[in-house]
Amino acid sequence: MSEEKNVIIKSKKVRYTVGEQIFHAVNVVICTLLSLAVLLPILNILFGAFSDPYEVMKHNGLFLYPVKPTLYNFSLVFKNPSILTGYLNTLFVVVVGTALNVLLSLIGAYVLSRKDAMLVKVLTLMIVFTMYFQGGIIPSYLVVESLGLINTRWSLILPGAVSTFNMIVMRTAMAQVPDSLPESAMIDGAKHHQVLFLIMTPLCKATVAVIVLYYAVAHWNSWFGAFLYLRDKAKYPLQLILRQILFQDETNSMAAESLALSSEAVKYATIVVATLPILAAYPFLQRYFVKGVMVGAVKG
Amino acid sequence: MKALKSNQSTGEVYIREPLSSRLRKDWKKNKTLYLLFLPVLAYYIVFQYGPMAGLFIAFQNYKPIKGVFGSKWVGLKNFKDFFESYYFWRVLRNTIRISVTNLIFSFPMPIILALLINELRTKHFKKAVQTITYLPHFISLVVIMSMLADLTSRNGAITQFLTHFGFTPTTMLQEQKYFLPLYIISGIWQNIGWNSIIYLSAIVGIDAELYEAAKIDGAGKMRQLFSVTLPCLLPTIIIMFILQMGKMFNVGHEKILLMYNPLTYEVADVINTYVYSQGLVNMNWSYSAAVGMFNSIVSFLLVWGTNKFSKKLSGSSLW
Repeated sequence: MSEEKNVIIKSKKVRYTVGEQIFHAVNVVICTLLSLAVLLPILNILFGAFSDPYEVMKHNGLFLYPVKPTLYNFSLVFKNPSILTGYLNTLFVVVVGTALNVLLSLIGAYVLSRKDAMLVKVLTLMIVFTMYFQGGIIPSYLVVESLGLINTRWSLILPGAVSTFNMIVMRTAMAQVPDSLPESAMIDGAKHHQVLFLIMTPLCKATVAVIVLYYAVAHWNSWFGAFLYLRDKAKYPLQLILRQILFQDETNSMAAESLALSSEAVKYATIVVATLPILAAYPFLQRYFVKGVMVGAVKG
Repeated sequence: MKALKSNQSTGEVYIREPLSSRLRKDWKKNKTLYLLFLPVLAYYIVFQYGPMAGLFIAFQNYKPIKGVFGSKWVGLKNFKDFFESYYFWRVLRNTIRISVTNLIFSFPMPIILALLINELRTKHFKKAVQTITYLPHFISLVVIMSMLADLTSRNGAITQFLTHFGFTPTTMLQEQKYFLPLYIISGIWQNIGWNSIIYLSAIVGIDAELYEAAKIDGAGKMRQLFSVTLPCLLPTIIIMFILQMGKMFNVGHEKILLMYNPLTYEVADVINTYVYSQGLVNMNWSYSAAVGMFNSIVSFLLVWGTNKFSKKLSGSSLW
């Protein structure tokens, strides 16, 4: 839609006044500066991670390129066994957690989009209410504890099994499918679960992709749930390991002189290792991420 | 159901069946649908309404060994203790200070960025600015806060840069006066792009004829901005504002937990971090649940109130 409009505007051969030219020049400068302000701290980490640890220690200011490029920092990162277990733990939560998230969200969205069923209104109200009123961390902790989930990986998956926002996004997409499609399938004898998984899900696959991404990124980046519920270091996800390495390093590095020497560079490399999957996927998936905001905006 | 529909379309008056029999019919027709919903319902009952029900420990002196049913009831004592404590004013002041500063500085930024991006003429440049500014939204808070700590340490890049302007190098996160600016700026850095999407899509949706009409009436770019773009954006801005108001008392604990330290507790401890430290560090379960409940209720009233107010004032509302 927006592209069409752009084409129309372009084909008209607009002439700009001096004021508009100045405004445009200033605008380009502002946008460039902002982009640099966002990009430079990220590139700093990336280039620092590939730089010689001694150079990183001596260096002042941002890295604009890798100084004496080396992979040494990464070899240290992978020697740390907790990084590897953290990676595996996070992968487990991302895969199993996201699968459960998406399954429940699809079911919820499908049922809530069936406006002809009488109880749907009540159920919708009950669900939307939880977006505006929550029990809070302490009662949630007690619920997780009373279910015996403390120090299990399920404590990272079950308490957030559905995100109301994502489910509403999914429902909005399903509500846009013409009623005649599921109805005719039902007349042909299809059951609800068949309609959901064989008709609605394929029809809404772009939105399914959106919520898969949202859930997966949220799992990848989360640390607080693990911080609350897990006792056993072997179960820690990557972000919690990262937090230990990045924030409590002063005490750790005192112990090992050589490590202290390179700690800054190793920190950078650790961040790169932990963030790379997201950064690598992001440019290709960006349009899906953006689409989610737009669908969600249709009905807040 | 068919009969009812045909009655409606012909405009005939018909008598509604009693609710109970309509419910029975609905259940018969949609039973499988409701059964399908059971796992989702179970999640909401256990993990959303369960904690809400669990809030009654706020009126107890909850002891884990005695359980929720064996613990002593103390009425409103926990709330009273909170309102009378030194920390009440401290966390309230910090929460409101952070929220209001956020509302003033962070809230308009994505709107401005959306307007700027919309005016960019080169498609590729526009795309590049969007891609870059959306990016930090996907980086974890742990990483962003460690980047912040690194950049603002005694010889971090930002600190070093500021020394050119007569700034005395210091570890900025250990100084109370820098906490709020760093909190706000890092928040803008992370979210300005992402939050601009919603405004940008609203701008793109504005009818091009409105601009044509404004141009014919002799309106320049500035005039178009104030007479067309902003009025058309207003409903979106109001919705976002209501949501933001609702969060006024809900300054998230995750970022602050990663950012503060004993030297900055005085200005950084907010209601949510206080709930966390009282409940899960000091094990004052009931007291902390009471503080959390106070927060939930005030937040809910704030969304509800702002929503009502804006409905009256402008017709835009969440529900």
